Amino acid sequence: MSWFKRDKPAIAPNAEQDRTVRAEGLWVKCEGCRQVVFRSDLEKNSNVCPKCGFHFRLDSKARLDLLFEEPYETFDQSLASTDPLSFVDSKSYRSRLAGMQQTTGLTDAIISARGRIGRHMVNVCAMELRFIGGSMGSVVGEVITRAVERSLANRQPLVIISASGGARMQEGLISLMQLAKISAALMKLDTAAIPYISLMTDPTTGGVTASFAMLGDLNIAEPGALIGFAGPRVIEQTIRQKLPEGFQKSEFLLQHGFLDAVVPRTQLREYLSKAFDFMAG
Amino acid sequence: MEEKQTSSPSPLPPGGPWQRVQLARHPRRPHALDYIQRIFTDFEEIHGDRAYADDAAIVCGMARFMGAPVMVCAQQKGRDTKQKLHRNFGMPKPEGYRKALRAMRLAAKFGRPIVTLLDTPGAYPGIDAEERGQAEAIAVNLREMSRLPVPIVVFVIGEGGSGGALGLGVGNRVHMMENAVYSVISPESCAAIIWRDAGQAEKAAAALKMTAQDLAPLGIVDDVIPEPGEGAHEDWDAAAANLARMLEHSLASLKALTPAQLVDERYEKFRRMGSFFSETKSATLG
Ligand SMILES: [Zn+2]
Repeated sequence: MSWFKRDKPAIAPNAEQDRTVRAEGLWVKCEGCRQVVFRSDLEKNSNVCPKCGFHFRLDSKARLDLLFEEPYETFDQSLASTDPLSFVDSKSYRSRLAGMQQTTGLTDAIISARGRIGRHMVNVCAMELRFIGGSMGSVVGEVITRAVERSLANRQPLVIISASGGARMQEGLISLMQLAKISAALMKLDTAAIPYISLMTDPTTGGVTASFAMLGDLNIAEPGALIGFAGPRVIEQTIRQKLPEGFQKSEFLLQHGFLDAVVPRTQLREYLSKAFDFMAG
Repeated sequence: MEEKQTSSPSPLPPGGPWQRVQLARHPRRPHALDYIQRIFTDFEEIHGDRAYADDAAIVCGMARFMGAPVMVCAQQKGRDTKQKLHRNFGMPKPEGYRKALRAMRLAAKFGRPIVTLLDTPGAYPGIDAEERGQAEAIAVNLREMSRLPVPIVVFVIGEGGSGGALGLGVGNRVHMMENAVYSVISPESCAAIIWRDAGQAEKAAAALKMTAQDLAPLGIVDDVIPEPGEGAHEDWDAAAANLARMLEHSLASLKALTPAQLVDERYEKFRRMGSFFSETKSATLG
């Protein structure tokens, strides 16, 4: 257990992801409106484009720093996968893990934290997309389950911030079983009437969507996030046609009845605070 | 549908992961309804999710097993082209998962055990399935199956295709047929991701540890049910008899448990899954 010092919103240095702020200079080109914006303006606005509202991707620590006004505790940050299948693809899973741990400073694709949101002490799990695509294996499954159990034991609300391509292939069926494990833990939270809000960010797909991301008392998303069960490429290959514009975006899910709200990042803390006031006031 | 066929000669080493994938998808392999006909009596199908449609890729019904009422929920593939299309190649849509949940809740209400048979390449990846909340439907089943206060016995009879299979897969007992497979991703898709070549599926099948023999030691599968001869396709009656014996044994072992104990036992089973991590108490971050 350790304490974070709140610092300035961090910027994820990942050139592969066009939604991440990547330019090193004073200016950043927005993928939403194609205009050039001041980096400092962007940072002041929670990495949301001040001109068009486009939400740049954020890493997990930056999200938590934005969400909590005060310092917060972290939990279970030393859990690391032991490579149960001895999986080797283009390189070994062990060396892939080691590389990712080096790059991100995390042992796996999640930060589990607890801090104050409004009047409430809230357990928050934030997934780290940069860590093997935010994929969920035994560590992510265990860390989230422990956070659910902590919420249950202390009667504290839970927030899970998803950013994930789904289950982690390199841990095979063990990854898939984490869906069932977390969903069962959420059953207990539901029975105990402890609030759980799921926030989906770009992208949230696969097994993560088909488990805890869709099981909130409220399921909300950032604007413009890709959210789905199957990824768009898999669907295109299956049906052999182009997908309609805006398909599987937050606004599409809202329209089809699967989101309670699309909440801009700058309003998230207020939204959560109000919702928890309603549920646990 | 009923006639027997000898197995096609196989150039693959028997018992290897890729050969088991082939057997799990064998054109003559018994499907869910073939087992249902042989194992249960008085099967009466329950149709529809009462919200949108009746999904033929999932079959649910009231039945009797050795005289006692049980609910059966199963993923059903088709055999000829017409049947395959009707069953959507065994790929369920949200309404299928919601129908199954409705049937399972009905069983729970009247204290009847639930038997599920898993055999799907995966949940359907299509525009309509996404529009109607494929992910939400599966997610809700995972949570709700974990709280049903009746025995749930799960059998993977053919292809256990990822979340699409798991959507009916949360049980007190999870068994696999000897040549069934159960995987987080198909070997073809895995190979396409790793080697950009679906032709490397054989290698991927081995790496994914998707056979019953690989999964039992990982604590994910309870028992491996023997298949006759070269595989279940050679003798449907014998395969069904072996499955029925395991079902009888499983239901007997769960009979003494109270509803609360059934829920707790199932919870603990899945809670233990995937303890494959190291942990140091002193590590910090940030
Ligand atoms: Zn913009």
